[in-house]
Amino acid sequence: MFGVLMITLLITIALVGSNMDTILKQGVVFQVRAEITENPAIAQSFSSVNEFEGFVQNQIDQRIQALGLDEPWYSPQRIGVTMYKIMLLDFGNATFLTSDEGSSDVKDILFEKLPRTVLLFTTATIIISSIGIFLGAFSSSKVGSTIDRVTSSFAIISSSFPVWWIGMLMIFLFAFTWQIFPARATPDIPSSDPAYLLSLLYHMALPLITIVMIGFGSWAYLVRNFMVGIMQEDFIMAKKTIGIKEKKIIYTHALKNAAPPIVTILALSLSGSLGGAIITEAVFDWPGMGRLYFEAITVMDLPVIIGATYLLTVFFLISIFIADLLYGYFDPRVRTGQ
Amino acid sequence: MSNITSQEIKQEFIKSKMGIVGITILLILVIISIITIISIPVETFQEWNNPGNWISNPKVAIPIWVNIFMIEKIPEHKIMENPNIEKISIDGINLTSHHFGLNFDYDDFPNDFIYEFSSEYSGSPLLQISVIRPDGIKLDLLTTSLPYSDGKTIHSERIFSTDNSIKKNLFLQSEKFEFIFERLSAENIVFSKTNTNEPLKGNYIFSIDMYGVNSKTEIHESKLIVGGKAFGIMGTDELRRDLAIGLLWGTPLALFIGLAVSIASVVSGLLYGVYAGYKGKKTDETMMRFNDVIYALPALPFLIILSVTISNSIFVMVGFLMIFGWVGIAKVARSMSLQIKTRGYVDAANMMGQKDSKIILKHIVPQLLPYAFASIAISVPAAITTEAGLSFLGLGDPSFPTWGQILHDANTFGAAARGMWWWIMPPGIMIAITGLAFVFIGNALDAIVNPKLKR
Repeated sequence: MFGVLMITLLITIALVGSNMDTILKQGVVFQVRAEITENPAIAQSFSSVNEFEGFVQNQIDQRIQALGLDEPWYSPQRIGVTMYKIMLLDFGNATFLTSDEGSSDVKDILFEKLPRTVLLFTTATIIISSIGIFLGAFSSSKVGSTIDRVTSSFAIISSSFPVWWIGMLMIFLFAFTWQIFPARATPDIPSSDPAYLLSLLYHMALPLITIVMIGFGSWAYLVRNFMVGIMQEDFIMAKKTIGIKEKKIIYTHALKNAAPPIVTILALSLSGSLGGAIITEAVFDWPGMGRLYFEAITVMDLPVIIGATYLLTVFFLISIFIADLLYGYFDPRVRTGQ
Repeated sequence: MSNITSQEIKQEFIKSKMGIVGITILLILVIISIITIISIPVETFQEWNNPGNWISNPKVAIPIWVNIFMIEKIPEHKIMENPNIEKISIDGINLTSHHFGLNFDYDDFPNDFIYEFSSEYSGSPLLQISVIRPDGIKLDLLTTSLPYSDGKTIHSERIFSTDNSIKKNLFLQSEKFEFIFERLSAENIVFSKTNTNEPLKGNYIFSIDMYGVNSKTEIHESKLIVGGKAFGIMGTDELRRDLAIGLLWGTPLALFIGLAVSIASVVSGLLYGVYAGYKGKKTDETMMRFNDVIYALPALPFLIILSVTISNSIFVMVGFLMIFGWVGIAKVARSMSLQIKTRGYVDAANMMGQKDSKIILKHIVPQLLPYAFASIAISVPAAITTEAGLSFLGLGDPSFPTWGQILHDANTFGAAARGMWWWIMPPGIMIAITGLAFVFIGNALDAIVNPKLKR
């Protein structure tokens, strides 16, 4: 698991590293030139143009060496240092981006954005999954009924719409045509204000409704399919013949047997919700991880990219691990050992 | 795993309503793409991002068919290219006149009018533009002479309704109207009733007269554009592009992206998984660990990094999407091949000394084909929406106008805030319909392959 994490980071560094170096080197050159133009005395102290150019080049080289940019990004030394720092959770300073308070420490930026994403997407995932499980269990008990058909067709139709497009439509309808919700999801009052939380919730409503609307159908469909499979098992038939109530069978016995795959999917979608929402956040202008990630990639801010990737991968791996443990709890057959 | 022959699948598939609907939609989309490729010249689509190509279209025009539902008709954009040509020659003065008839039947003023021409002459001919309105009033719009030239020359020009001399000319004729001209633009006067400033319906005739003295004058390309607020079947966007062309060209592109990605990833995932499962032991272990690594990579962030750093060409993008597409299929294919390889006939083939590659391709893979087809169909929508999403973030291939890019432009120009539904709705609906077709087909196939779901 740790290996997977390191490989992910290595790939990220490999992909962004060379571009990042070019940008940094250009930054150094620009900085040196700017300093010289600000201070005309330096330029006057040289007799020939060649001598002056030599001095400038020398300055640039010195600074590049000081930053360790003279070695290519793939040199073992630099990668080693980067990896070591990341393991100590030291992501360094962001090159361009800053947090709302103005700190450029990557850790500050990440931990400022993370709660917002958790607030929006984790809430949405929990709502989606609870509606989905209930609806799926309900429609599995009445296969072929109107409710079952409506759920299934809604699931199929909603899964082929991109969430962000529905988001655009919702903004169009509920923010501009009927002005019920704000169009931008970022609250416009400072976070120290006591009304901030209320305002945040109000701004969150539209994205939340959109995500839930698109998401719960496929959940219900998934749960329904698991349940339909289980409802055909012999032990359910036996329980039915004994005379246990249908409702009790569905919600206790059958649902418990359908739990392992459901829990796995729930864990994965919870962790996936932390990063997979880049486009949705861009549409609603929600100031969370997804938007941070997109901004970082567009300006090639390597420390932020690495930090965010690291965080996302860690969450993903932890949730796989937890899902595995829970799977063993719900389904004793997969337990091995003693 | 069940052993169903392809014959049975065909029969079952025809019975399923969903499958039929899916196939029908897909066929319609394929027909649309073929028609598009044949009928719309490739140049228009390569010129998608070239503003000069769209200059004669109106800005943010609503689709024409909206007028059917409107009580107050919105003026349509009209490009008139075939005038009635008259040529008179008296005493060495050659008069060439072009007449454009316009039936104006709308409840709003047009946006502007533009006369575009290219003429061949020598000397300095006189150009006169006038309009005869439905109420019989003749308004002189412009009298100007074209630049002098000794020899034969070709002169092209666009005369806009915002031209100052048109305004001055109209001002001189203001006694024909009962309202004050101040701050009114030329088109609001020309198309107005005389007593109030409201549009006057009826037939207008625009005449362009060119007088040449002792020389031959000819107007080659003569085009009168009356700029309306409605244009085409799908309207236009901020950059005057005809959205219908963008939407039509998006169809073959989306089908290509979806099918290429899903076929490639399903085939490679299938072979990978089957090989790992069949070989077993160490090979299986290492191959599955590699699979896990790819599985743990956050897909969308990596796609964004890849498209920013390496290339955003549409073909490279297909490859990137494939990298993240094959993982799940490989897992399922492996577990299926683990089951199949314990069967007697595989053992028998093995004992007969057949090569591994032959056993995999001839005895195991055919068993998985129904499943493979179902997963190809199911994974197409994901590929299309992911590509659309990347394009929406502005990371798409700018030389190919996909639906995602139209939506990206819509978002950057604030289409939602400005109520331009015709810019937002159609691309999304097209994405959804295409996805739906494949989901229908996939689900129908899936129900046949996994009979448990049916009941």
